[in-house]
Amino acid sequence: MGDLPNDLKYTKEHEWVREEGDGTVTIGISDHAQEQLGDLVFVELPEVGDSVEQGRECGVVESVKAASDIYAPVTGEVVGINEVLADSPETANQDPFGDGWLLRIKLADAGQLDGLMTADAYAELIAAEAH
Amino acid sequence: MSLIYQHSRPGRRAPAQAPLLKGETGAIPERFKRRKRAALPELSEMQVVRHYTRLSQKNFSIDTHFYPLGSCTMKYNPRGGNQLAMLPGFLARHPEAPESHSQGFMACMYELQEILKEVTGMQAVSLSPAAGAQGEFAGVAMIRAYHESRGDAARREILVPDAAHGTNPASAVMCGYEVREIPTGANGDVDVAALREVLGPQTAGIMLTNPSTLGVFDRRISEIASLMHEAGGLLYYDGANLNAILGKVRPGDMGFDVIHMNLHKTFSTPHGGGGPGAGPVGVSQRLQPYLPVPMVGRDGDDYCWLTESDCPESIGRLSAFAGNAGVLLRAYVYARMLGREGMPRVADFSTLNANYLLKRLQSLGYEAAYPERRATHEFIITLRRQAKQLGVNTMDFAKRLLDYGFHAPTTYFPLLIAECLLIEPTETEDKETLDAFLEVMGKILEEANREPELLKGAPHTLPVKRLDDVRAARELDLAWSPAKDG
Amino acid sequence: MLETIGVDSIERLFDEIPDGLRCGELNAIPEGMSEMDVGRLMDARARQDGVAVCFIGAGAYDHHIPAAVWQLATRGEFYTAYTPYQAEASQGTLQLLYEYQSMMTALTAMDVSNASLYDGASALAEAVLMAVRANRKSKSRRVLMPRTVHPHYRRVVRSIVRNQGIELVELPFDPEGGHASPEALAVHAGEDFAAVVVPQANFFGVLEEVDLLTDWAHANKALSIALINPVAVALLAPPGEWGEQGADICCGEGQPLGAPLSSGGPYFGFLCCRKALVRQMPGRIIGATLDLDGKPGYTLTLQAREQHIRRSKATSNICTNQGLMVTAATIHMALLGPDGLERVAAACYDNTAWLVESLSRLPGVEPRFDRPVFHERVIQLPVVAKGVLRALAAHNLLAGLDLSRDYPELGDGCILTCATERRTRNEMESLVTKLERVLSLQGGAPCQLQPKDW
Repeated sequence: MGDLPNDLKYTKEHEWVREEGDGTVTIGISDHAQEQLGDLVFVELPEVGDSVEQGRECGVVESVKAASDIYAPVTGEVVGINEVLADSPETANQDPFGDGWLLRIKLADAGQLDGLMTADAYAELIAAEAH
Repeated sequence: MSLIYQHSRPGRRAPAQAPLLKGETGAIPERFKRRKRAALPELSEMQVVRHYTRLSQKNFSIDTHFYPLGSCTMKYNPRGGNQLAMLPGFLARHPEAPESHSQGFMACMYELQEILKEVTGMQAVSLSPAAGAQGEFAGVAMIRAYHESRGDAARREILVPDAAHGTNPASAVMCGYEVREIPTGANGDVDVAALREVLGPQTAGIMLTNPSTLGVFDRRISEIASLMHEAGGLLYYDGANLNAILGKVRPGDMGFDVIHMNLHKTFSTPHGGGGPGAGPVGVSQRLQPYLPVPMVGRDGDDYCWLTESDCPESIGRLSAFAGNAGVLLRAYVYARMLGREGMPRVADFSTLNANYLLKRLQSLGYEAAYPERRATHEFIITLRRQAKQLGVNTMDFAKRLLDYGFHAPTTYFPLLIAECLLIEPTETEDKETLDAFLEVMGKILEEANREPELLKGAPHTLPVKRLDDVRAARELDLAWSPAKDG
Repeated sequence: MLETIGVDSIERLFDEIPDGLRCGELNAIPEGMSEMDVGRLMDARARQDGVAVCFIGAGAYDHHIPAAVWQLATRGEFYTAYTPYQAEASQGTLQLLYEYQSMMTALTAMDVSNASLYDGASALAEAVLMAVRANRKSKSRRVLMPRTVHPHYRRVVRSIVRNQGIELVELPFDPEGGHASPEALAVHAGEDFAAVVVPQANFFGVLEEVDLLTDWAHANKALSIALINPVAVALLAPPGEWGEQGADICCGEGQPLGAPLSSGGPYFGFLCCRKALVRQMPGRIIGATLDLDGKPGYTLTLQAREQHIRRSKATSNICTNQGLMVTAATIHMALLGPDGLERVAAACYDNTAWLVESLSRLPGVEPRFDRPVFHERVIQLPVVAKGVLRALAAHNLLAGLDLSRDYPELGDGCILTCATERRTRNEMESLVTKLERVLSLQGGAPCQLQPKDW
């Protein structure tokens, strides 16, 4: 397993969240998630302008053998999506914490970020799931 | 192998196959007309026959290979069923032909309904669902109609064991239900304590297979039925594994309220490379008013159709006409040849074959998922040890079997057993075939130890090697077009 | 074998089934029979129904099927093969299905096709569900469904979608033309619909103004679902070319492509769509790819949408397609080719036109609608249709479908009649002569007899 970036927050659905400091957050799936799913063949994302609600489905990542929902880690409005994934979904396999990001959300409630996991807590979760 | 399109030449025809005279169509206004001919291939009759004969030879099939395919009941399909279902009188009957010109066909359908009632212990049967999944849909829709007719709108939840077929939750959702999974106990039976906890006024019903997809008979089924009925819910029986208990124990007697049967499994109609199937539904008394139409009824000496006007509370119609009639005729022929005394023999020999395979596989060094349980007509082997120690997985074993001329068992299902093979030999295989399969399984285990690369690269002897599924899904190529051949 | 297992009888293998549950003998099931005896029984029953001369269409059409079609399709390697999950052992079926998808997209002028669904009616239901899922511009769960769509199809759609909160809004037909009229559409202008169903030809055989209906759907942010007869589009404009943008989804009954009438099944439904909607499409889809050596091959693809992976979130609960029927259809289309299929369509059109003209010479008999048709037509009789049809059936002539059950607004004298390429001049002349005699016997007066059931 690769190192977990410490500056990110994580969810139990294996997503990461990065605060951009301008009231928006960037969201992606973790290295662990992409490894479990295998080669991604399709990523379905909401449209810019859609509103998403914490804990609700807002997209799908699909490999040959599995399709997994993306749950919005926070409530807010979609202000950006990663267009690269439409033609090159494998980017989320190759660089899950960087170029393979999924979408950017304008936060409705910054307080929701406090409920997310730290890198250490997430590492423990993965370790626990392995048993 | 080249595509049919690559044999095509402009203007080539099989002229005897179409009307010789060109009809006059000048009166059709231009705006409705097709401007450019469809890019269908242009070939002689011989080219077509040769191409598709050669294609057929690239298939495994029951007529040529053993399919120990768990949960699919790939038994031999008697040829008599095909010949008799294709008698000209049956093929030529229009679905809207009057009853006066349908009594022979309807007699077969009526008697098939009666046979299926008896074999399942249900009160009434409708033959109309076109496949198992449509039968499931019909079954759950009837459960919903029943609760709604009692004004019991609070029942929003269908329970499904975690080992269930994927169609179960999908069908429940199509009927507007929420799905709640219930866990399986360590011995393979439903975890009754966990079931008790989730039962309540929101429970509409439960969908079960018994024997379950784990290849064991749920011994507490009567208790589960009582609990469910006390909670006000109904029990749905997924008939995928009916072969195991034919003539031995009946879903109706176990307390089930509704059942679908897969005639392409238990009643030996062909799989046809993925359909057509037939998924008749049977119900207990309280669900009878909701059965899908049409059905065949009796009016004195005559058979008559029962349709929407006869069954006002029916969940309705699921196919334009009366379901997959030709499949139903084949199942009827099979049931008549088998007869009353043949039904339990199906369960006897499918169970004997499965238990024999299981025992011998265990002595070869394969690990049973439920070693303390009796196998039913199928059982599960887990390759988790081999996967861990040798780095070869279930898929590698499956693909290597193909090299030896055996279709692979069902792989990676049920989902809750790691690296599993679900094996169902069926009653129509002889001991020599089972022994040949065992010999190969022994050989593959040796290869896995000695030369694992041989498995990982398998199959080696088929028309193609392992296919790139990722490429298929990323770079979708779903139809040929002239541009593709430059 | 018992020794290996370690039991003394087969009966012991059932010892985990509680005793109280075991059933006795299945007395209501007759004793087993030999193939010869079942053969005798089935032969008698098939003969009992006779082989009538069929002028009924109404969703199932009596076409010639080349001899090679079923001889090839019932080869054991096709007939007894399993669903092609093990791609390497199923290249025959998989390549054939890829060829089928290619032929269907060519015929309909759509981008992609699935590998088939159960029948035309359930394909329409799946198309409706798919449109509601796929239409991002519309929040509506309402679908506009012309009354000119096959009545059984409308019933099937209702049975299948009603538990998902989808509302079917009926679009009435023009009483003179028998088509969905622009006036009827205008009533709904500006309303929010997820989809509009556009049949061609419609249930009455009448040609709809498909360009107008398709454009109307798109102007109202609805998806357009074409419901077509696959033989008709050899002659008529394919859905991919309807209106400005073409239909979004196209479905229908595949029976006219090589499936015998056989009491209504097995047939197959086809479903095609624009590429952008492919991930919302239910059912099996085959893709071309390469093997480890770079050699072309075929495999099931987009499986992550399906029930065995996605379970409760699948696009549909469907597992199978109608593989064998599609095998027949693919061989059928390959044998006919573009020219043959067009000849079949033209012969059907021509025969029906000739029959209608001949019937119309009888006093009081006339076409009910005045617009162009494909290969069936509503005929107005001067008397109640039921008795006439029954009298003709006694002569082994099935003259058409009585429409009074499904369209009471047409009265009790309308039948829907079809003459495919299989109907000879002699058979059609015989129908005209016998109808003339039946009508003259009934003296044009309404029939007093009320035969039961049909």
